[in-house]
Amino acid sequence: MVPLNYYLILSALVFAIGVIGVLIRRNLIVILMSIELMLNAVNLTFIAFSRYLGSISGQVIVFFVMAVAAAEAVIGLAIIISVFRHRQTLDPQELHLLKW
Amino acid sequence: MTPSLITFYALAGLLVISSLLVVFQRNVVHSAMALVAALCLIAIFFLTLHAPMVGVLQVLIYAGAIMVLFLFVIMFLNPAALEQRRVTWWSLGTIAALLLAGAFVAVMNGSEPTPDPIASTELFGSPEMLAKSLFTDFVLPFEIASVLLLVAIVGAVVLAKREH
Repeated sequence: MVPLNYYLILSALVFAIGVIGVLIRRNLIVILMSIELMLNAVNLTFIAFSRYLGSISGQVIVFFVMAVAAAEAVIGLAIIISVFRHRQTLDPQELHLLKW
Repeated sequence: MTPSLITFYALAGLLVISSLLVVFQRNVVHSAMALVAALCLIAIFFLTLHAPMVGVLQVLIYAGAIMVLFLFVIMFLNPAALEQRRVTWWSLGTIAALLLAGAFVAVMNGSEPTPDPIASTELFGSPEMLAKSLFTDFVLPFEIASVLLLVAIVGAVVLAKREH
């Protein structure tokens, strides 16, 4: 049987890779996909704890995370489409209207 | 090395590789394909952790619906230009994230030995058990989630609608 620590370390690695994506990429769509990756790393932690503590609550929380992630992806992509329509770019560095 | 441990290492290696591909591919469509692979691998982890219902939903909702939406937007906007690699920025971001990963691993590895998994019944993770929990203990969050999805639908239509 695989120890619980292994799952926690794996999801920590995947979460950190998602953080790299958010920090270094300059494409709004890839940044949104990196956020999805981070959400999934957290989901893996929830499911691992649910298995090792014998509680179903972790799996139910993953349902809600999925619902929120779907809403977030839909709204995020709609914002990206609307931004692209106005500025013709997907580069967050170019969107500096509110930047001091 | 038990067989389950070997399977874990193989799947974990594939998951880390596909996650790295999501971040470091310069072509957006390739990133999206790597993300589909990563989501399917996470679904396999769910299956091995006695969460078959959540694993199936992961493939249906994430790898199916959400990623189709992503690909649709990618094709709609057609961001053809590959972005430039800026070495200082990339290395700074990577170092910051590696520090974060190091902190996570140190915290999670340093705790007391993990408990053995509680012997699970045949029912654990089944749709019946999930639904029972969802509609008794979590009924209020469930209703709030439905309202949230409705707001997301209306918001997406309003945001993406062409202005006159």
